[in-house]
Amino acid sequence: MVQQPQEIRRHTIAILVDNEVGVLARVIGLFSGRGYNIESLTVAEVDPREQLSRITIVTSGTLMVIEQIKAQLRRLVPVHKVSDLTIEGPSVSRELALVKVAGSGEKRVESLRIADIFRARAVDSTNESFVFEIVGSTDKLDAFIHLMEPLGLVDVSRTGVAAIARGPQSI
Amino acid sequence: MGQETMTGAELVLKALVDQGVEVIFGYPGGAVLPLYDELFKQNSLRHILVRHEQAAVHAAEGYARSTGKVGVVLVTSGPGATNAVTGLLDALCDSVPIVCLSGQVPTHLIGNDAFQEADTTGITRPCTKHNYLVKDVNQTARILHEAFYVARTGRPGPVVVDLPKDILVGRGEYVGPGKVKHKSYRPQVKGDLKAIEAAVAMMAEAKRPVFYIGGGVVNSGPAASQLLTQFVHMTGFPCTQTLMGLGGFPGSDPLSLGMLGMHGTYEANLAMHGCDLMVCVGARFDDRVTGRLNAFSPQSRKIHIDIDPSSINKNVAVELSIVGDVGHVLEDMIKVWKSRQIRASEADLKEWWASINRWRSKDCLRYQQSGKLIKPQHAIERLYQLTRDRDTYITTEVGQHQMWAAQFYKFETPCRWMPSGGLGTMGYGLPAALGVQVAHPASLVIDIAGEASIQMNIQEMATLAQYRLPVKVFILNNQYMGMVRQWQELLHGARYSESRSTALPDFVKLAEAFGAVGLKAETVDDLDDVIHKMIDCDRAVIVDCHVDPKENCFPMIPSGAAHNEMLLGPKDEATGGGAISEDGMVLV
Repeated sequence: MVQQPQEIRRHTIAILVDNEVGVLARVIGLFSGRGYNIESLTVAEVDPREQLSRITIVTSGTLMVIEQIKAQLRRLVPVHKVSDLTIEGPSVSRELALVKVAGSGEKRVESLRIADIFRARAVDSTNESFVFEIVGSTDKLDAFIHLMEPLGLVDVSRTGVAAIARGPQSI
Repeated sequence: MGQETMTGAELVLKALVDQGVEVIFGYPGGAVLPLYDELFKQNSLRHILVRHEQAAVHAAEGYARSTGKVGVVLVTSGPGATNAVTGLLDALCDSVPIVCLSGQVPTHLIGNDAFQEADTTGITRPCTKHNYLVKDVNQTARILHEAFYVARTGRPGPVVVDLPKDILVGRGEYVGPGKVKHKSYRPQVKGDLKAIEAAVAMMAEAKRPVFYIGGGVVNSGPAASQLLTQFVHMTGFPCTQTLMGLGGFPGSDPLSLGMLGMHGTYEANLAMHGCDLMVCVGARFDDRVTGRLNAFSPQSRKIHIDIDPSSINKNVAVELSIVGDVGHVLEDMIKVWKSRQIRASEADLKEWWASINRWRSKDCLRYQQSGKLIKPQHAIERLYQLTRDRDTYITTEVGQHQMWAAQFYKFETPCRWMPSGGLGTMGYGLPAALGVQVAHPASLVIDIAGEASIQMNIQEMATLAQYRLPVKVFILNNQYMGMVRQWQELLHGARYSESRSTALPDFVKLAEAFGAVGLKAETVDDLDDVIHKMIDCDRAVIVDCHVDPKENCFPMIPSGAAHNEMLLGPKDEATGGGAISEDGMVLV
């Protein structure tokens, strides 16, 4: 699948950075300052010994914009590696959501049934509510949340996308 | 352990000395008092006290650009740091290596809205190549060495080191510059040889080639300019320069087309428009250069050599890119060109040069000097003729005077021409000239200014007086913010909204008030005499050169227009009523 020059497509970009003060602000400031879009962002330390953090950003743009985003990211001094998981071979990406549904009667039963189909787990339960934990692709989470809407959806918390390349190589 | 500890302030100064720093431009304040106290006790670093922190950065820029060294700035916390911001962004846009040390409130007060506290690293993050907040006194020396390394390598730029006061008075250990290696920052210097070979092959096939060179050639050092000049001569290709690239190739060389872009020459812009191969060396396809992007050089294949990968394919997609320092890349290109004994087709080149010479014969920079009133172009031409054979450095402010200087003052070598390019900072020229003069005390340093720009950092006349710096300020006084007036004339129905320079000071008296010499040229007969007097004076001079207030800067590519849609002079302006499209109106 070759991206056409003017086609806007979604890309998942993994960035390995020094876990130092202000590094996230540098990355986010780059996106806002240059008018790039952030659809999802996750960050956590992944190597405590080397003090490295991994940032996963989902963004969209034309090929030229995506190339520019990667070049600008690589230009930041504390950035070690930038990898475009969307085009550099196959990758897996997951997102986790906590979804709170309140209701009773048939709707409550229906929400449990759908949760079962989606392999979501109930991690909290009261007489009038559930909190479901669901892991999967962004699309799967979207679909689950959409189905929960008429069944008493009250709150959603999503982690944003974490992604990694398939195969034995590191970033 | 066992090593002797020093105070943070001592660590800073030792790191500066070990980095080869000789001069600091700064302004004291509460948060940096420990550093100023150390400065007082030593003799190896010279401190130049400016009158405004913005000027400290511009002065350091002038120093850096004219020497190739890193310019060093020292400011206090809060307003000291915020005043420096314009200078930092100017240095970022023009890729000037600067290390700016800023004071900060003590660590335990950060975030408390303390007196003269500002989030300096937060504010300067988008205005610097990188910045640091020192939180551990033992890291002070390492961070400083790293700051110098980041500032001067790769695409150079400004680096801020924010120093809380408790760090400056605390005690820590010193590390030398040799022991510092950055964890992730690795600029690419050597170009990919395969790409270089491909570039040479493309050049060998070209029928209508052009070199388009920019500030990267100047930044890469004098050797890069020599290599470029050698390579251009080997190929016989024409060479045009950006505003920042002037001097990177000899301006009076027959192969030079002069400056390109919005106020570039007719031949340069038409060569860019009509070429079949563009070799971009250390330039970045800036909007002032390209004009309307979808009509930019439609028939050409493009090669882009740049040390900054993010400059490649940013505005204009190119067929071949080479990431690396232009000096290194040119060296390899010359080797490949020589070893393959390549010669561009003479017949094709001859035909190409015939077209170029036809465009040249338009004499696009012509103007009429008639009557007593001095034409600004004539003033620059005379200044050029009377100073070209001297050891001269030129800085400028921003506006019409800057463009006329770029058009009429020819530079044969790099690092002699220092305008504010990317950011276009009015008030840049005087402090920058100050910094140049500090680095080159015996040289002739001229700030070509406008009467509006010069007032933005006029306080630096006092710094010139304090250090007896004989900077010459040559004001083209047209009683207007000339470029604003020109745009209002072309784009806004000649409604000159707020662009008139009213209540101007008497520049001669102003010069005298600052202990400098004031001269005035009111008619064309005064001009040479005044310039001679200015050159011969061993003190700072302000020349108030009265020029035609109605003169516009031509040629001009109106915003939103293409290279082949230039206005060549007032006649085009009169007939071409609709030359500026509505799309162009929104552009700056």
